[in-house]
Amino acid sequence: MPVLFGYVPLGVAFGILFADLGYHWLFAGLMGVVVFAGAAQFLAVGLLANQAGLVEIFTATLLLNMRHVFYGLSLLGRLPNKGWQRWYMIFGLTDETYALYTVTNIPAHLDRSQFKLLVTALNQGYWVLGCGLGGWLGGQLSFSTLGMEFALPALFMVLAIEQYKVVRKPLVFILALGIGLGTLLFISREQMLLVACLLALTVLLMSKGVQQWKAPIT
Amino acid sequence: MESTYHLMLVMLVMAVATFLTRALPFVVLSKASDHPLLNYLGHYLPPVLMVLLLVYSFKHEDIMSINFVPELLGLLTTIVLHIVWRQSLVSIMGGTALYMVLVQSGVLVASI
Repeated sequence: MPVLFGYVPLGVAFGILFADLGYHWLFAGLMGVVVFAGAAQFLAVGLLANQAGLVEIFTATLLLNMRHVFYGLSLLGRLPNKGWQRWYMIFGLTDETYALYTVTNIPAHLDRSQFKLLVTALNQGYWVLGCGLGGWLGGQLSFSTLGMEFALPALFMVLAIEQYKVVRKPLVFILALGIGLGTLLFISREQMLLVACLLALTVLLMSKGVQQWKAPIT
Repeated sequence: MESTYHLMLVMLVMAVATFLTRALPFVVLSKASDHPLLNYLGHYLPPVLMVLLLVYSFKHEDIMSINFVPELLGLLTTIVLHIVWRQSLVSIMGGTALYMVLVQSGVLVASI
């Protein structure tokens, strides 16, 4: 599972940026434990630096993570029913965890729910390790971290390519890019993610209507 | 320490917001899990969301200006690396490293 290791350097990048704000490295690690949301934690660095209020942070996190609603939608019925395992997997449903659920071939010696639990726990382990390590490094080193936030778009780029290996329909990607750029340029920078999500959902539902349930999809 | 207290509150607020978004469909829609429409969305939404997130991560940039060239070169590097080796870590670090060099050296900044 080499893709799991992507979490450590990303966590390190977060930790370094976080430490630039002047917080102790323990807090970077703690954030990985209780929040466990890559993109939102990067976003939080910017919000904390700008002295944003709690309401703004809550709203921004909610909107940014609104995509997780769709992850959950597609996983309904595919998570185990066991109490704490189920809730831990829901708690740990990050972009990368979700991508691994949908992409990876499951090793033969594990059943599905064991595998998912393992993926979630390993992901969080690597993430917390990365965050803490980065926070500590950030306090020690003095090189310029300018540009390190590019790790976030680079991560999304990689995940998009991985999705293309699963869903080999260029039109879907072109459409999404069009909607994304369109909302960014012409509608609203701040509300872009929410608007684009709703728009894409509408287009998908409409095209499903056009197909009249003719072509089975799997 | 006031800033520690504030940071704790921030973390709590973020944890609640994040968990809400992740748990919502499981709490509200747990009865409808086999619906073909949900399967359809589950298949096509992930690629759409990845692309939207990619665009979203540039929301503070002026994507139509010359200043966006380092981002484009960084992305291009990430894509090429990923197609050649398909090692996420190599692709992400390669693209980020090039981007950091480009913005820190300032070679591509437009002189307006």
